[in-house]
This record gives sequence, C-alpha cells and structure tokens, in this order.
Amino acid sequence: MWSGRQGRLRPVGCVVEELRCRRREREAALRKARREQQLISKRLLRDDVPVEAEGGCVAMILGEAEIQQFLQLAQRGTEEKERERALVSLRRGLQHPETQRTFIWLEGSMRTLVGLLTSNQALLQLEAARCLHELSHSEQSAVAEACLPATSYLLTYLSGHSSDFIELCLYTLGNLIVESEAVRRQLLPQGIVPALAACIQSPHLTVLEALGYALSQLLQAKEAPEMIIPSPVGSSVLGSALPQHILRLLQPGPKLNLGVAVEFAWCLHYIICSQVNNALLISHGGLSILGMLLLDVAGAVQRTEDAGLELLACPVLRCLSNLLTEAAVEVMGGPNQLEDEHVVAALFILLQFFLQKQPSLLPEGLWLLNNLTANSPCFCTSLLSMDLIEPLLQLLPVSNVVSVLVLTVLCNVAEKGPAYCQRLWPGPLLPCLMGTLASSDTEVVGQSLELLQLLFLYRPEAVEAFLQQSGLQVLEKHQEEAQLQERVHALQQTALHR
Amino acid sequence: MQLSPALYSRLVGAPGAAEPLPVERDPAAGAPPFRFAARRVRFPRDHEFFEDGDVQRHLYLQDVLTQVTGTPERPRVPEFTCQVAGCCQVFDTLEGYEHHYHTLHRNVCSFCRRAFPSVHLLDTHILEWHDSLFQILSERQDMYQCLVEGCAEKFKTSKDRKDHLVRRHLYPADFRFDKPKKSRGPATPGATVQVSSEARGDEGEQSGGDAMEVCSEHAAPLPEPVGERRTYSHRLVPGVFPKQVLNVCFMGITLGLTLGSVLTERHRVGVLASTVLESLTITVSLGSVSCVCSALGPRKARYRLPFASWPNRDRMNTGCSCLSYDLQVSGSRTNYALIGLNLTSNLILGKMLYRRKEIANKCKWTERWAHIPPASLVQPPRLWLASGFWIPVAVRVSSKWQVTGTLAWKFGSSGPLG
Repeated sequence: MWSGRQGRLRPVGCVVEELRCRRREREAALRKARREQQLISKRLLRDDVPVEAEGGCVAMILGEAEIQQFLQLAQRGTEEKERERALVSLRRGLQHPETQRTFIWLEGSMRTLVGLLTSNQALLQLEAARCLHELSHSEQSAVAEACLPATSYLLTYLSGHSSDFIELCLYTLGNLIVESEAVRRQLLPQGIVPALAACIQSPHLTVLEALGYALSQLLQAKEAPEMIIPSPVGSSVLGSALPQHILRLLQPGPKLNLGVAVEFAWCLHYIICSQVNNALLISHGGLSILGMLLLDVAGAVQRTEDAGLELLACPVLRCLSNLLTEAAVEVMGGPNQLEDEHVVAALFILLQFFLQKQPSLLPEGLWLLNNLTANSPCFCTSLLSMDLIEPLLQLLPVSNVVSVLVLTVLCNVAEKGPAYCQRLWPGPLLPCLMGTLASSDTEVVGQSLELLQLLFLYRPEAVEAFLQQSGLQVLEKHQEEAQLQERVHALQQTALHR
Repeated sequence: MQLSPALYSRLVGAPGAAEPLPVERDPAAGAPPFRFAARRVRFPRDHEFFEDGDVQRHLYLQDVLTQVTGTPERPRVPEFTCQVAGCCQVFDTLEGYEHHYHTLHRNVCSFCRRAFPSVHLLDTHILEWHDSLFQILSERQDMYQCLVEGCAEKFKTSKDRKDHLVRRHLYPADFRFDKPKKSRGPATPGATVQVSSEARGDEGEQSGGDAMEVCSEHAAPLPEPVGERRTYSHRLVPGVFPKQVLNVCFMGITLGLTLGSVLTERHRVGVLASTVLESLTITVSLGSVSCVCSALGPRKARYRLPFASWPNRDRMNTGCSCLSYDLQVSGSRTNYALIGLNLTSNLILGKMLYRRKEIANKCKWTERWAHIPPASLVQPPRLWLASGFWIPVAVRVSSKWQVTGTLAWKFGSSGPLG
C-alpha cells in the first residue's frame, strides 16, 4: 500500500497552501462531527488515470435521457466494447452528485445496474461494480441507501475468486455500512459477518486491506457493542473466527503489510474499547502479539522516515492500554505478560517519533506508559534502570495534557517506595517540578503536588532542596485555589516542619 | 527528546531480566488531602481522549493525509485469447483475464454449463439439480440448505428456502442465484451457442421483467431445465389404460397394418404380423407411438374418437409430434366372439426425435412441458409387461380384408408409453 500508492499529484508552490488549508478545514469538520458522534468517513477507490492527469475529476452531469441511453446500451448492446464504454461513461458521470441523484430517481436504473452487476460478462460486471462504488461513496444518504438492493449480491461475490472484484465489493460494502443503521440492519441478517470471516482467509493483500476497512466500519457503528460484537448474538464478530484471523494478520514479520495492519489494528481497537469480551482476545494471545507488533513498529520508525507509521502506532497503543486493564492480565502469567525492557524501549522510541511528527498522539503513548507502570514494579524499575526519567521530563513543556500524564507516570514510580524515589532524586526532577508548579493549569499543579508529597514522604532530604529553590513561594501562589488549597497547605506544613 | 543510543540496542537485545526494586509503601502516601492512587485507566470508545487519533484516522480514510489516489496502473501485455475451449475473448491485461476467468470459467457446472460466482453456490447447484440421490433424500428429509454462509438451516423445498431467504435474511425475492428448477423456455446446451433472439424474449419471466436480464453472448446461463418432479422420468405409472385398437389386416396373409389410438392420448401407427396356430394367435407389431407426455401428470384423459384426434395438433390432446417406437408381441387365444386374453410386452425403442424447444413452440403450450424432465423425453429401451382382456369385433369387408376392432383393458405396469 505504501509503495504502490504514492500520490501522483505532487503539490507545488501555492497549491501546498491550498492543500494545507483544505486539510485544516477537513480536520475541523471531523472534530466537530466526532463531538456530535457523527463521524462518518468513506473511502473511494478511483483509478481513472487519464482523467486525473488533467488536474481534477472532470465529472460530467448526465441527464435522465443520457443515463437511460447508457443503461440501454450496456444492457442490450451488441458490440462488447460499446457496452463497456457506455458503462464507463456512466461511471464518469456518476462522480458528480447531481448525476447520482438523477440516477437513483430514474425508474429501473438500479435494477438494471444490479442486473449488469450479476451478469456473466466479466467486464460489464466490473464496470457496474465501479458505478455502484461511486454511488456508495456519495455523501447524500438517499443515494447510498439506493444501493441496498445490490448488497446480497455483493456479499455473494465475496466468496468468489477474482481479487480486484472482491476488493471493489468490499470497499463498496464498507462505504454502505457506515452510512446508516438502516443499512446495517439489512446487512447483518444477510450474513455479512460470516461472509467477511470466510473472505479473511484470502491471500491477496489488497483484498485484506479492503476487508479490514469494511470490518472497521462495521465495528465503528454505534450499535456495535450490543449487536455486532458480542458472541451470543447470532452471527457476531466474537463468535466467528474473525478475532483469531485478525491477530494472525497482525503478527509481525516479513509478511506484515502496513496497509493491512493499519486496518486490522483499528478493527481490534474498536472491538477492545467496546469492552465486550476482552478476555477472549487475551486468551488468543492478543497481548503478546500486540506487544511484538509494538516492537516492530518502533523498529520501523527507526528505519524509515515514513509519515504513515503513526496510523498503525495509534491503534496498537490503544489496544494495549485497554487490554492491560483487563483482570485476566493479572491472573494469567506467562505469555500474557509483556516483556519489560523491550516494550519500554519501544514506547520511548515511539514517543520521540510522535514528538517530531505528531504531538497530538503523545497522550496516547503516555497513557500506555501509565498502564504499564501503575501496578508493575518491573516496569518502573526498567524505567529507572534505562535512564528514561530525563527524556520523560523533556516532554513536560509540550502541553498540559501531556504534563499531567508525565507527572502521573512519575507518581506511579514514586509511590512504590523509597527505593524508587532514591533514583528519582537527586536529579532533574525537582527543577522540572518547580516549573510545573508554576503552571496555570489546575490539573497540572494538582498532580505536581501529589508527586511532591510522595517525594517528601520517601525522600525527606528533598525538602531541603525544595526550600532552597524557593519552593514555598511557588506554593503560595496557589494558596487561594479551591481545589489545591488543602494540599498546598499540607505541603507547606511538611516543608516547614522538617 | 533525547534518547540514549543504547536504548535502540535494547529494543532488539535479549529480554531484560532486571530484578525489580523492592516496593515499600507508606500508608501516609495518598492519605487525604492527597488522593493519588496508581491505577490503570481505560477509556470507552467515544471518550474525547481519542479525538485526535480518530481524526487522524478519518483524514487518512478520506485520503487527505497520504494523497492516496488509487490503484497503480495495470501493466499492459500483448493481446492474448482465453484458452478455454470455445471462448474467444481477447485480453490485454492480466487482471482483466483473471476476472474473466473467475467469472466465467472457474465455477462452471459441467452438466449444464452454468457459471457461478463461488464454489459454494456451484456445489449447491450440482447437488440440487443434478444429483438423483438428492432428489430421493429430499422426499424424506429437509435437504435444501440455506444459501447464506453461516446459516445452517435446511428446508423441504426450494420454495421454503426462498421464503426463508426473503424473510430472515432480507434477500431480494428474485435473487439470481437461487433459481427453482423450472423450465424457463429455451434450453441451450453448450457454452458457446449464440442465444437466439427468441430465447432472449423468453427470458423475461422474473418479476420486474426485462430490466434484470442481460443479453449474453456466450456461456448460456440457462441450464437444461431439469424439472421439479424428476421422479416421473423413472417412475412407472401403474394403472388401467383402456385402449382401443382398430386393426385392419389382410385375411390370410399374416401381415397387416395396424392403426390405432389409445385413449391416453397416444396414437399408434404400426405394422402387424400374426400367425394363427390352432387356437392361438401370435401377433407382433411394430409401431410408432406419438406423444409421451400423457401420463406424466394427474390429468384426466380426454376421451376422443381416435381418428378425430389424429394426427392432431390440438393443444388439449397431444399438441405435439413427438414419436417413439415400440415393439409389441402378444399371444392370444382368441375367438372373435369371446373375450380373450392378451399378454403384451412393450419394448420401447428409440428416442425423442424432436427437442423440447420445437415441441414447445409448435405446441405453443410451454406450461404443459414445465414439469417434464428432458431426460425422460429421451427414452431408453424399456420393457413392460401387461396383461389384459379385450372384446374383439370383426367385420369382413372382402375376401382378403377384415377390419377388426378391439376394445381392450390392460393391467400391469406401464410406463409413460404404456
């Protein structure tokens, strides 16, 4: 996916600005959509090479008569090439929303398209599927829902053999799935989950990536935790062989394809964060596979400057963090434990990578670090023995959220006792703490106070240093703060009575 | 963020076996007003903590992020033709050929040349359409499997299964890969037969009519219609067949011409030879019997005068000109005035001369043929035994000719040509 699909349009000059602007707008729109829980994104597979080269999609608006004509020609034409061309023209027209609307309101048009999709003419079938794909990608829900009559056939074709065709069907299905609950209510009884479970055994990477996409769309649905994932419900995701296959596909190694891995990592994330039956995933070895995958990603990050790796790192981090909270992890030992040093090293490499490329993902990395260190002396020890405290402290200035998390991790380490605090101080910790105490954010200050208390408790010598660095004045600044008052006061008492 | 170079080697080195430092907690830690407690945190799917990552993911899907513009160009190869016998499609890309092959030649039924999108559907088709054991078993137990993968339900009939697909799985009522075994008109065997325009016209039998049907140029999707009630092809219909035979024969010369009609809508023309022994007559007759469809349905035979209905194209009676040959050997003790005994055996030779399409067209009565399995129209040699009695009436018209009429009742097993 990464090598084969390089962007053909290399932005030049002011076009870059335009693209950045567009991207910012898109981002804002997506954030808004997410807050309203309306986050829907569809994928478009379009390989109109000659058209793209003209610098844009020249989508024609077709009228009713023209659409009729193309359909007639495709259905009953005598010359094979002619029929194909008719469908290609129709497809180009369908790239425009106006044509899409006209198409779906034309009587018998969808029926004819489905007839062409299920005909025995291979080329017509492919073109009809592409037309359907264009329709499924539409943002108007009426257009996408008009594609419903074709779903049973799309699902039937998933068990075929032609990889291009299956890929197209899968992307179309993925677009339709995310459209509305009504669509999913039709697709689920039609057996989409068993069809996907059968298709996941395909060896073709393009098919697998498309399948991952479709599955991730299915799992992202609002009703997924109740209707789609749990195993007692009919044919469901956890009840099928899908989890095992997903984990198999995520196993690191020379055969791991990034595009495929990204999609399935997101699928896994949606399954895990729905918190339906994570013990099942742990029993299938999910924790160790994810751990190894994390190491793999960290290794890849070192090797390449590829900007796309955070797309894989993000869901892997999330999956690991959420899985670690499962009770099953405590109980079972052996393969369900993660190896200390490797994982910590990998995580820090990733944190550095995030700092350079995608700072917004730092909180997620630190969240994993918190979950790793919270109840585990091993991980805390690793952190100390590999001298990672200082790099951690370097993350403090990034943002408030990051600061809070860094401080939480440090608290995790400190609360384990004097042996741990001995390694924390003397060191760069106290000066940094002075900095965070001066922050205006209550959360940050609060967490700093907690850390300070632990430090004073297990390392009384630190109090002296604290006083010397005019710590009391810093504390005084927050005396009036409602949430901090008591703690500030308590610390002041501790400091003064030493 | 500065990481020590040693860290990178830690990534691939042997797993660390560092002994964890001893944990000694003081109960004062975390005591009020302080509230820190080390704990693992989990976030549900919609938590705002995930906002940034989710947005990145969706930007990627919308192709804003990595400028993914589509599949790479297909390498073109010199033109080549499909190697499958009878298919002359030409290709210039390997992917195009791959798709063509998988669509048309991969899962093809060897009996009826119909292509299927998957192995599963092909297996189901072969089982239900071409397997006689399936037919037998399906009478006793539910054999029709639901087409949806993952659904293990079975049904007694094809129609029940279709109802299940529509109601439970929300499939369209005219799902193309679940055709019941009904004749849909023209049968075109062979993969490369050009479907005639006549056939095209016959295809519009689905609800919604022609919109779904696409004229195909090769690999006829229509199977040889096998018929719902296959058992008729092999089951012998026992019964009583009143049979009138009118014989005209030369007196003395034991060779004659038999013209007859049987009330079960068949006509018989043949030659007859008989020899009269003391009180025994042995007759051998070779005749052609027209129309085999008589006994295949629970239809009441219409009683008509033989000649009035022969040769006829009357749609109510025979409506066809299909022929078959039979050999009849009978021995009889006869006395013209008495009721005699007739032992007959019929050996059916030969096979259908006409194909169903022509029959159907000439009859213009396709519905009538709907349930007939084509296999049964091709009759293998068969033997029947029957016995009966008859009442003869003879009239001597001249010194050499007599006309004999016989009204006979026959008992015994008799197949469609009984």
